[in-house]
Amino acid sequence: MQGHLLSVILFTPLAGLFLLLFIPKSQKTFIRLWANITAAIGFLVSLPLIIGFDRSNGGYQFVERAEWIPSLGVQYLIGVDGISVLMVMLTTIMGFLAIFSSWDAIKDREKEYYSMFLLQQTGMLGVFISMDFLLFYVFWEMVLVPMYFIIGVWGGPRKLYAAIKFFLYTLTGGVLMLLGILLLYFNYFAQFGRYTFEIAELMKINLPLATQQWVFWAFFVGFAIKVPMFPFHTWLPDAHTEAPTAGSVILAAVLLKMGTYGFIRFSLPLLPKASSDHTIVTIVAVLSIIGILYGALVSLMQQDWKKLVAYSSVSHLGFCTLGIFALNQSGITGSIIQQINHGISTGMLFLVVGVIYERRHTREIKEYGGLAHIMPNYAIVFAIAMLSSAGLPLLNGFVGEFTILQGAFDANHVWAAFAVLGVIFGAAYLLWLYQRTMLGEVTNEKNKGLPDLKWREWAVFIPLIIWAISIGVYPKPYFDILEKPVAQIVHRVHDTANAAAVPTTPTPEVASR
Amino acid sequence: MSVYYTSLDHFVLLPVLLLALFGCATLLFDFWVFPEAHQRKYLLIFLGLGEAFAGWAFWRQGMALAINGGEISAFHGAVVVDHFALFFHWIFLITTLIVGLISYRYLEVRDEHHGEYYGILMLAQCGMFFLASGNELVTIFVGLETMAVSFYVLVGFLRAEQRSNEAALKYLLLGGLSSGFLAYGFSILYGIAGSTQLNDIAKAVATRSHSDTILFLAIATTTVGLLFKIGGAPFHMWVPDVYEGAPTTITAFLAVGSKAASFALLMRLFASTLGSARATWEPLLIAAAVLSMTIGNLAAITQTNTKRLLAYSSVNHAGYILLGVIAGNNTGYKGVLIYLLVYTFMNLGAFLVLTSLTRKGLAGEDINDLRGLMKKSPGHALWMLIFLLSLAGIPPTAGFFGKYFIFLSLIETGHYVLAVLGCLYAAVAIYYYMRMVKAMFIETEEEETPALSTSFGMQVALVVTGVMTLVIGVYPEPFVRLAQQSFQR
Repeated sequence: MQGHLLSVILFTPLAGLFLLLFIPKSQKTFIRLWANITAAIGFLVSLPLIIGFDRSNGGYQFVERAEWIPSLGVQYLIGVDGISVLMVMLTTIMGFLAIFSSWDAIKDREKEYYSMFLLQQTGMLGVFISMDFLLFYVFWEMVLVPMYFIIGVWGGPRKLYAAIKFFLYTLTGGVLMLLGILLLYFNYFAQFGRYTFEIAELMKINLPLATQQWVFWAFFVGFAIKVPMFPFHTWLPDAHTEAPTAGSVILAAVLLKMGTYGFIRFSLPLLPKASSDHTIVTIVAVLSIIGILYGALVSLMQQDWKKLVAYSSVSHLGFCTLGIFALNQSGITGSIIQQINHGISTGMLFLVVGVIYERRHTREIKEYGGLAHIMPNYAIVFAIAMLSSAGLPLLNGFVGEFTILQGAFDANHVWAAFAVLGVIFGAAYLLWLYQRTMLGEVTNEKNKGLPDLKWREWAVFIPLIIWAISIGVYPKPYFDILEKPVAQIVHRVHDTANAAAVPTTPTPEVASR
Repeated sequence: MSVYYTSLDHFVLLPVLLLALFGCATLLFDFWVFPEAHQRKYLLIFLGLGEAFAGWAFWRQGMALAINGGEISAFHGAVVVDHFALFFHWIFLITTLIVGLISYRYLEVRDEHHGEYYGILMLAQCGMFFLASGNELVTIFVGLETMAVSFYVLVGFLRAEQRSNEAALKYLLLGGLSSGFLAYGFSILYGIAGSTQLNDIAKAVATRSHSDTILFLAIATTTVGLLFKIGGAPFHMWVPDVYEGAPTTITAFLAVGSKAASFALLMRLFASTLGSARATWEPLLIAAAVLSMTIGNLAAITQTNTKRLLAYSSVNHAGYILLGVIAGNNTGYKGVLIYLLVYTFMNLGAFLVLTSLTRKGLAGEDINDLRGLMKKSPGHALWMLIFLLSLAGIPPTAGFFGKYFIFLSLIETGHYVLAVLGCLYAAVAIYYYMRMVKAMFIETEEEETPALSTSFGMQVALVVTGVMTLVIGVYPEPFVRLAQQSFQR
């Protein structure tokens, strides 16, 4: 079991999906129950991973290796380091909570719905544990299909538009990324005489800056669309707004992290010269800052509750990419922690919107007001979610934002100054949203009889609240687990960059014929 | 045997002789033994037997190649069997078998179940044989015309339907024109080399300069003829009309079999015979590939008829496959072979599902006819989803590996712009494939339509194509090796 733990984690949802197919369509309760059981098992089998993970070891652990397509040099090679292990945990926990929260919300085509969720779960896990680039790509693209259906079948009124837009955008990025992968793959062949997609092997390639820059931009398009960074973000508000609640939760909590994870896992270590190139870093940082400010300002203007949360994602993820391209320990560590935080906080916010949407079937902010009088528990949960998203000290968001800003400040004072503005705007739109929906007098008659949180809703929120507070109060375990892997990445980027500063013998231009 | 027909000649020609024999026998049996319409599906046994014997002959040829290596040539080098040819022969065999299997219910539904259908299928396959194995201009041309004439008949097989007749006429006229171009190109090649043997032509072409006008004329006209046959732009205009008008089963045959055969010829000509004149033909093919992808993709977006949509998508795929030829290295040619193999299964599969949509009184060709398929027949809908995802090139389906080799070969040879274009068009293609997915899974049927016309043969064919599309996607190793072995230059 220990030897194949990662495979077990990876394929548990798929196995559950396989068995789910045999349950008759009419057995609705059993279908839901089975999906929940599978997701719960998926979470439980991931616990030995985090418990057994050796924090003092910065390298990959739980590695499994098998030949897959030897003639192409593709392996079934999976493993986790500190960064991936956190992402895996985020996926299994959020996956379970999302499936659990769908119990009452989805009343149509349940079997297909849960199948799609389980399929997606395997795809996302695969992305985070692949150590082979082609394996990674396969999982990366695999995720698109279930999300397309989740948005397209169970989404809101403009679901078809949103689903196809999501698919087109992310696929375009994906295939361009594939070109970048193939460029690396071919250069490895040119230098070492054999084909491989193993990431550790690909790091050995000696590429001139120009080629690295080409590959970097190819990767960039793929990852930036997924994150999404400004100006590639336009699919996100549509997808988020139209997706069913659980879809939005997974989209925000896990799916977007595939992009930031890609930057950390692939762009930085594989292309250190390009990643530390002044022009590239400036472009990415400026886009991140624009994302932070733009996302926040647009959030301020929103009339639709869910759209507001969606745009806030653009802003929050701007922080994550800014942290990554600060290229220092605190920036990257903060970014990863902030990714987890965004998963928790925005996940909670989407669930909060979902709760009220299920009761009133509208997301117009002006339809609400004074809900705290009617649904006090709900208002408390929303307050915690909102404050965690806004980065209040002792809650998770603060830890991430603070560390990122520290990293950004070390890298460039001006970046930090602009990014801080984003924090202020963030507090503004969230507090204003809270004020307009929860505080004051009850303005709408229709809201008067609304029931407060049900036990099932509590059951979803409580773990998230505990998680949010625990990170806020005691973030040390996260810093511990991330210290070594992040240090390795930072060293790799800076060592290579410094080496590049010293004139060396020119490397042969292998990319061009 | 005399010096004119040796045992080696016989060995090489045996599969096609068997096919021709069984094909003709089918026509006779239809007339004397199975005169009743309902008995005609038993003629499938002939098709099956003919293919089984041909398969056995191919298998023996494969064994002989494994022992001797290289190639076996017959009739003074006019016909050769090498791994490359055998690869295609197997594709033709699988295609013909599957098309035969799915045809009888379709023809019954359309009230056009005639025995000659199966015979002509096999005769068309005979023509394809010579396109992959021919090593001499006249042999190739005869093969090409055998295939084309069979298709003219098959496309117009729905005699009572005007669309089918029109399609046949259009195919006949434009096909004739393209054959004319090809014959013209061939004749100049003959003039250059003084021989119709491809090997001699290769030697003669190698001595010519790239700016030679005569050589350019020969290559340009040959290219035009071949582009017609593979359905590549700008000579693709027959594709949508013929695909739409032909019986759906024949559309599948045309889209897969005829395309693979034409590409076999194109590869033999361009990769080896005209290999030294790459500088002359490369720009032509690049223009054709880019145009094919552009026209195919943009036109497919607006289609509401599924057969026309797949027709334009096949123009787009022709563009992709051409990219592998343009890259022109081992990876590229290997990619072309894998692409065609994968295309056989995924495209046939997509047409299988469309075929089963044709029911009494319902053409089943509109995208709206796919509505609610998931509810009505989840099996068909899921298989179709796999075929469409594969056509779009999304892993872990087989179509991904088709595109993978093409992109890799373009990068290896420094054709970065083409690679990026190919990628962007792959994303455009998603749009129209997803329209079909949307109809099947998201939309609901407006009015009750009769159940799908499925048959045992259809089920078998669907499982074979679907499983192969998945297997090649998940475990492509043996198929990559097969392609590697089939193209070793």
